[in-house]
Amino acid sequence: MLDVSNLSKTFGGLRAVDDVSLTVAEGSISALIGPNGAGKTTLFALITGFHRPDGGAVRFMGRDVTGEKPFRIARAGMVRTFQIVQPFAGQTVRENIAVGAHLHIADRTAALSKAEDVARKVGLADRLDVDAADLTVAGRKRLEVARALATDPKLLLLDEVMAGLNPSEIRDVIPVIRAIRDSGVTILLIEHVMQAVMELGEQAWVLNQGRLIAEGAPRSLAGDPAVIEAYLGQGMARRLAGGRADA
Amino acid sequence: MLNPTILWPAILNGVTTGALYALIALGLTLIYGVLHIINFAHGALLMVALYIVYFLFRLFGLAPYLSLAIVPPVMFALGYALQRGVIGRAGHGRDENILLVTLGLSIVIENLALMLFSSDTQTVETAYGFSTVSVLGAFIPVPKAVAFVGAVVTALALWAFMSRTDLGRAIRAVAKERKGARLVGIDVDHVYAMSFGIGVGVLGIAACLLMPSYYVTPQVGHGFILIAFTIVVLGGMGSFLGALIGGIVIGVVEAVGGLMLGESLGQIGIFAIFILILLFRPQGLLGHRA
Amino acid sequence: MKRLFLLLALFAAMALVPLVVRSEFWLNVCILTVFSALIGQAWNILGGYAGQFSFGHALFFGVGAYAVAVLQVHLGVNPWIGLILGAAFGAGVAVAVGWLTFRYGLRGSYFALVTLAFAEVFRILANSTPWTGAGEGIMIKLSPRPSMMQFKDLGHYYWLLLAMTLACYLTVWWLDRSRLGARMLAVRDNEDAAAAIGVDAFAVKLQAMALSGLFMGLAGVFYAQRYLYLDPGIAFGPTESVEALLVAIVGGIGTLFGPLMGAVVLHALSEGAQVALGSLPGANMVIYGTVLVLMVLFMPRGLASLTRPRSRRKGGRDA
Repeated sequence: MLDVSNLSKTFGGLRAVDDVSLTVAEGSISALIGPNGAGKTTLFALITGFHRPDGGAVRFMGRDVTGEKPFRIARAGMVRTFQIVQPFAGQTVRENIAVGAHLHIADRTAALSKAEDVARKVGLADRLDVDAADLTVAGRKRLEVARALATDPKLLLLDEVMAGLNPSEIRDVIPVIRAIRDSGVTILLIEHVMQAVMELGEQAWVLNQGRLIAEGAPRSLAGDPAVIEAYLGQGMARRLAGGRADA
Repeated sequence: MLNPTILWPAILNGVTTGALYALIALGLTLIYGVLHIINFAHGALLMVALYIVYFLFRLFGLAPYLSLAIVPPVMFALGYALQRGVIGRAGHGRDENILLVTLGLSIVIENLALMLFSSDTQTVETAYGFSTVSVLGAFIPVPKAVAFVGAVVTALALWAFMSRTDLGRAIRAVAKERKGARLVGIDVDHVYAMSFGIGVGVLGIAACLLMPSYYVTPQVGHGFILIAFTIVVLGGMGSFLGALIGGIVIGVVEAVGGLMLGESLGQIGIFAIFILILLFRPQGLLGHRA
Repeated sequence: MKRLFLLLALFAAMALVPLVVRSEFWLNVCILTVFSALIGQAWNILGGYAGQFSFGHALFFGVGAYAVAVLQVHLGVNPWIGLILGAAFGAGVAVAVGWLTFRYGLRGSYFALVTLAFAEVFRILANSTPWTGAGEGIMIKLSPRPSMMQFKDLGHYYWLLLAMTLACYLTVWWLDRSRLGARMLAVRDNEDAAAAIGVDAFAVKLQAMALSGLFMGLAGVFYAQRYLYLDPGIAFGPTESVEALLVAIVGGIGTLFGPLMGAVVLHALSEGAQVALGSLPGANMVIYGTVLVLMVLFMPRGLASLTRPRSRRKGGRDA
């Protein structure tokens, strides 16, 4: 479904993404992991058109979308969320989600009612008329997902939708994501919360200093102490242990 | 068509006028460089400074150049108070709000002047107002020559102040890294107000140098405000050297453009430069893209 | 629907004004107020809904005004056709300016300053070309017939203006319940987030420019026909630019009724000041400027935010 080949991007001499290739299969949930500053978010930005790659290609559903504008890529069916949530502050949750729904629905009433459906799916049904700026962190993360989901994407790129959530909130979100996949949306996520990666991911890539250094089933990757020590660093090892203890 | 005997005086006139423009733009670029705000009231504040110079002359017979001891400090205090009391409180997270509030201030200031002083044109007559000096065969009025020297000296002094004094270093620290500056104990609001005050104080210098060869009306700022913005974007936002060079370039463009296209059409060159720079090279001609 | 009813009822009531108000003076005050409400709403489409603050909206006003005047004086084009052309020119110039500025990513204060510079460029051009009458201005021949869009009765001018204004307010009412309006607000509040979910921010901003420029152009046509005289300062000077943004900001940007409230309040203040202070030159503008400063400081979402105290919404839209 998504084919990334030899993608590279340099910022002022720093190779943020270095010759990365990966393939996401239709209907899967896969994860991109790695320490902070590994280039995961930059990779998302390159795939979805927010940055123009220096080299390499992105193919989505068999079509070359390298360097296309973000809104065109979204219209093709590949939609991202932001790690730092970007709500339309001052608009209600319903209105926020409706902007996504409007991608394929011209009618206002229909878009607003679709927003309600989507809100129900992500557990925001009781906060439809709340100002997006007044949501909690967990609520805003859900709103990010809801807005993207309302566009009826084929592939959803979720950038750390669980960062900043407490363990019980994380437990609530995991089935939401699984249900989205079960409804036919392929999912690629960036995640630090290893518990989520373990439970959701069928395939994972490890990114470090812009390069892919390992791939495989999450359990085999994270269970391998050599991978943790050599590639993820001690910070990740701690987080991993923490994530398990929390679970 | 462009005979050097006509062209050279035009260029010389442009350079000296441009130095004055630069002086006005210096304050604007300092304020932008530090506070990252666009002070739309800059022209109106210049008008205030010109009226102070004018009334010091009218009421006390104080020569404009002697006003240099009074007007810049007064303007500094005004600027400091405006930033602390009004402009600094207006942002609410959107830079357009600053633009709006300074627009509002300029409307108030200009029309107060209109109410108090009427729209009559006021000038200061001095013994040297009409004397000239010769530069390579072309004559320029003495006040313009003085203004040129004053502009260069002021730019150098500002540059030295920013690089050599503690306050200058604090200002640069705040300009670069506001949060970090706050963490190391710099009073950011004070530094902002000081920068704004200095920027407005420079207008006081400009007014003293401008008045002998110019005039004042409540609307006099209009003619300068877009020119000053143009210079600031041309020279690169926040750059003193850029403002000096940008001012002189604009002065020459205006003078030579006026010679070739006529007075009113000549000004189009300035706005064309402004638009083109903002569209294609918003970091200015000398700046680097961030 | 409730809001549409309210809007139509308000305009119906306003339409009665010439039947009730007999004094030319007060009818003129009403014309000025409705005129402000029109240009304030035109500004609001771009500034309040799409979030792009213009400081040079007189540009589109002036283009519309000169279009109807020049076509009429030099080519004998009937002003009713000129009305359509003036609105089209206003929209066209707005799209051209928007295409240039948004293509190169100008936002915020830079956009504001560039619109101002464009208005200045047009002012200088109008000052230098013979067919606009240059600095002396252009005069439309007096011929007070409805077919020439000139009326003996001031009330007829008022109704013409009210019709234009109603068209503008209906457009904004429609925006409030349309995909385009939702996308404008999304672009205003967060352009990147909007792009990520498929909003073509560039196209949305251009459409906002077109609508905004269209109604400014209409206002220009009205002005030219009402006063039968134009010069570059009137057409492209800062007065209309400032009035348009002031009315919208005071009333509440991004709201349907905000500009109308802003226009009424500002003209009430200025008439009140006339009564209290006599006609001092500049007194009006001192009040306007002070109101602008106070609004930005203490009520950045305008008077409209008073009408819904429980909500913190900027958009202020009813579902």
